[in-house]
Amino acid sequence: MMNEKKPTSLLYLDGVSVSFDGFKALNSLSFVIEPGELRAIIGPNGAGKTTMMDIITGKTRPDSGEVFFKGDIDLTRRDEAEIAQLGIGRKFQKPTVFESHTVWDNLELALNRKRGVFATLFYRMTLEDNARIEEILSTVRLSNRRNDFAASLSHGQKQWLEIGMLLAQEPELLLVDEPVAGMTDAETAETAILLKEIAKTRSVVVVEHDMGFIRDLGVKVTCLAEGSVLAEGSIDFVSADQKVIENYLGR
Amino acid sequence: MITSFLLKSFDRTIVIAVAIILGLALIVPALNLLTAPDHPLHVPTYLVSLFGKYLTYALLALALDLVWGFCGILSLGHAAFFALGGYAMGMYLMRQIGARGSYGNPLLPDFMVFLNWKELPWFWYGFDMFWFAALMVVLVPGLLAFVFGWFAFRSRVNGVYLSIITQAMTFALLLAFFRNDMGFGGNNGLTDFKDILGFNIQAQGTRAALFAASAVALALSLILTSGMVRSKYGKILVGVRDAESRTRFLGYRVEHFKLFAFTVSAMMAGVAGALYVPQVGIINPGEFEPGNSIEVVIWTAVGGRGTLIGPIIGAILVNGGKSIFTAAFPEFWLFALGGLFVLVTLFLPKGIVGTVQAWRAKRKEYRKAAEDEAARGQAVAEPVAAE
Ligand SMILES: Nc1ncnc2c1ncn2[C@@H]1O[C@H](COP(=O)(O)OP(=O)(O)O)[C@@H](O)[C@H]1O
Ligand SMILES: [Mg+2]
Repeated sequence: MMNEKKPTSLLYLDGVSVSFDGFKALNSLSFVIEPGELRAIIGPNGAGKTTMMDIITGKTRPDSGEVFFKGDIDLTRRDEAEIAQLGIGRKFQKPTVFESHTVWDNLELALNRKRGVFATLFYRMTLEDNARIEEILSTVRLSNRRNDFAASLSHGQKQWLEIGMLLAQEPELLLVDEPVAGMTDAETAETAILLKEIAKTRSVVVVEHDMGFIRDLGVKVTCLAEGSVLAEGSIDFVSADQKVIENYLGR
Repeated sequence: MITSFLLKSFDRTIVIAVAIILGLALIVPALNLLTAPDHPLHVPTYLVSLFGKYLTYALLALALDLVWGFCGILSLGHAAFFALGGYAMGMYLMRQIGARGSYGNPLLPDFMVFLNWKELPWFWYGFDMFWFAALMVVLVPGLLAFVFGWFAFRSRVNGVYLSIITQAMTFALLLAFFRNDMGFGGNNGLTDFKDILGFNIQAQGTRAALFAASAVALALSLILTSGMVRSKYGKILVGVRDAESRTRFLGYRVEHFKLFAFTVSAMMAGVAGALYVPQVGIINPGEFEPGNSIEVVIWTAVGGRGTLIGPIIGAILVNGGKSIFTAAFPEFWLFALGGLFVLVTLFLPKGIVGTVQAWRAKRKEYRKAAEDEAARGQAVAEPVAAE
């Protein structure tokens, strides 16, 4: 049944397993993301959500299983840089930006341009690139901080800068790991709006614990536990599921 | 393309530093050659060579800064690239001796005659030509760095592990060059040079020219590295230093960026070694001593890593200090150097130049804040005055 979806889906995982020192972090994980879809992934700590992103982005190789992008691109054979160039962007759980660069430079580096040694050595900012960075700055609400070092941003602003960098990368699929952890309520609400905005033009997979935030997103939810899918559907459907209550919500 | 690269390389500090270095390239030789020995401004020839040696050390430290300061690769083997460049130049100088050696063999250097060798080993071919030797000065260290870096960076060896294998690399070369049958003069190394490009290597004019050449090489390398670190490429290097995985997930091939910087840096170190050898008159395996590479790290740290200018200043200050100190208390130099490193790490973690830069940035910020404050004060004060 899964196989039928493979050609049309953007991301396709089937039977993915990986273990660390005998511990099964992912246990025959399967799911499909369609083009343009915004998907939320929930699950208890240690469920394997971050590991799943590691597999998709080439950081970790699965022991078994298939991972395909855009139908027939086998992601298990490629490394991080290649996968990023194919159009998969990733936001880390802990905000990761270039602290000793300015906000502007962070976006400049993220911009989807030629990424070779010599191309970057002789790169010159064009009007087009300039406009694109301006646009992203205003999308992530950092226009007035453009010349400040990323190190001086607040935690929430760093999260946004990182999202901005992912936008600059122009990915077709964006993986976002716990974007609102440590944010204030106002920032959380803003982030939900931002992600919905972003999802209009690409597919987004958001891992999050914050149930309020998931409700704000109002999208299909996948609940992971112990490395495989426990339930999938609308937030109301998933949160009424007996296994989900036992494994996650009830704890 | 090239011009925009060069234009970018010049900021005020770099322009000033290049001007000073090129100024020295003119003034020191002039004061040596054009003033009488009893003139108060006369620079004696031995000092010209001593300062010339410092400049080659400065170039070595600058090379290290490119990889350590900007890319976070703490190489503890940079003296090996320096020594290889030095050996390439030494081989040229040996072949310039010709039949004037103690054994009078027109083709074989003395140590080969002494070892009863009948013909020149193949890897000594070509070194009678300066252009070939000059090419080897950059190619040999560059190739070693490329091959070494290719394996190390591809297998993602990082941090102390990388530092340790760079130490192992220089140590292995030390052992190899000590062997007589390697064909590089064993533990005596290469020495008794006679002339370079047809000029007597001891002559005052040659010494002055070598000093000037060292200064010019340093200035050009400073422009080159400055251009590199200020380009987008350089910003990515810093990105690799600060958040390697972020750089990878943005789609950059981190290993290529490291490899390029490492290779360019090794070539610069090779040039430094090649200018060092004719000024000190000898190259021997001691230059591969692991401790030498660690000293380069100390110069760079003292001056301020990641500042380009800092390592140049650090190399000159520490080596100036070393010359003075070892004349007075030779046996305590290593303790003094170790102590200096501890003090700098504890109290000046950004080094001399890094600390000055941070202090200036803070003062600027403070002044801007004060101006803003004053402007606001005025805006409030005016309506009051109008009343
Ligand atoms: N590189 C690794 N080495 C060993 N264990 C790991 C590694 N990565 C993840 N794990 C383990 O796999 C499990 C799943 O982790 P993770 O994917 O981070 O969970 P989540 O993000 O859902 O909280 C955890 O028990 C974690 O300790
Ligand atoms: Mg996680």
